[in-house]
Amino acid sequence: MTVEELSKILGLDIVAGRNGLNRQVENGYCGDLLSDVMGNAPSGCIWLTIQSHQNIVAVAMLREMAAIVIAGGFGPDKETKEKADQEGIPLLAWSDSAYDLAGKIYNLGVGGEKNNKG
Amino acid sequence: MAALKKEYHINKNDFIRAGEASIGVKNVLKSLDVDPSIIRRVAICGYEGEMNVVMHGGTGKLNIEINSTNIVLDISDNGPGMANTELAMERGYSTATDEYREMGFGAGMGLPNMEKNSDEFKIDSAVGKGTRIRMVFSLTHSKE
Ligand SMILES: Nc1ncnc2c1ncn2[C@@H]1O[C@H](COP(=O)(O)OP(=O)(O)O)[C@@H](O)[C@H]1O
Ligand SMILES: [Mg+2]
Repeated sequence: MTVEELSKILGLDIVAGRNGLNRQVENGYCGDLLSDVMGNAPSGCIWLTIQSHQNIVAVAMLREMAAIVIAGGFGPDKETKEKADQEGIPLLAWSDSAYDLAGKIYNLGVGGEKNNKG
Repeated sequence: MAALKKEYHINKNDFIRAGEASIGVKNVLKSLDVDPSIIRRVAICGYEGEMNVVMHGGTGKLNIEINSTNIVLDISDNGPGMANTELAMERGYSTATDEYREMGFGAGMGLPNMEKNSDEFKIDSAVGKGTRIRMVFSLTHSKE
């Protein structure tokens, strides 16, 4: 499933990085501690976090993620949006909890492959 | 493969560019067709080392050297240095400020993750003298 398809199905707001919307979502990860995400998030994942500062874009690039979702209604900083646009990393927003969204994404058949750390 | 060397500068508290050195390194390794699992480990170590220079260190640099048998990642800064590197290496130990913690840094996992993900790890640091971390990744017999 592409980031665009997933965003449409779940009604996620696309706030930046539209030129990366055709990336494939292969897995998911939830985390707000950047060392944990950097060390453990699988490549090709959609990353759910409440962090909204621009360094999350660098983490997404280094881990070759499909997209970032800022959950919990935290809006991204202006600099984060600019960076995501520049790098083509889709930046999505979700106003409810990450738990809620993770369940919905899982139900769409994304992820569940525990050791896929690509 | 002839040895390839690159140097990147890192600036204290520069969050705008933090991560760029590691992204540069990752792109170089990709263009050289290095095994993705090794690129992943180098990226983790580069990012953690770079963020430590930005947050705790001073002006610094990240050097990468790639030859036919290994990758050497050397990250150094002229910041305050550390009194006790053994303590700093402990999982969970962090002197990060509340502001950094709110941003998701300061888990005290950076140095342990760097040691875990490299094949050789050496840290040199002294108060007032700065910090230097040298990591080697084997291209011939890798950890994972
Ligand atoms: N380049 C550096 N210069 C000075 N102190 C450092 C440096 N890198 C790490 N440290 C010290 O080591 C501690 C542990 O580092 P680390 O494991 O990366 O955790 P964190 O960065 O989350 O605090 C830091 O909190 C800091 O006190
Ligand atoms: Mg650190």
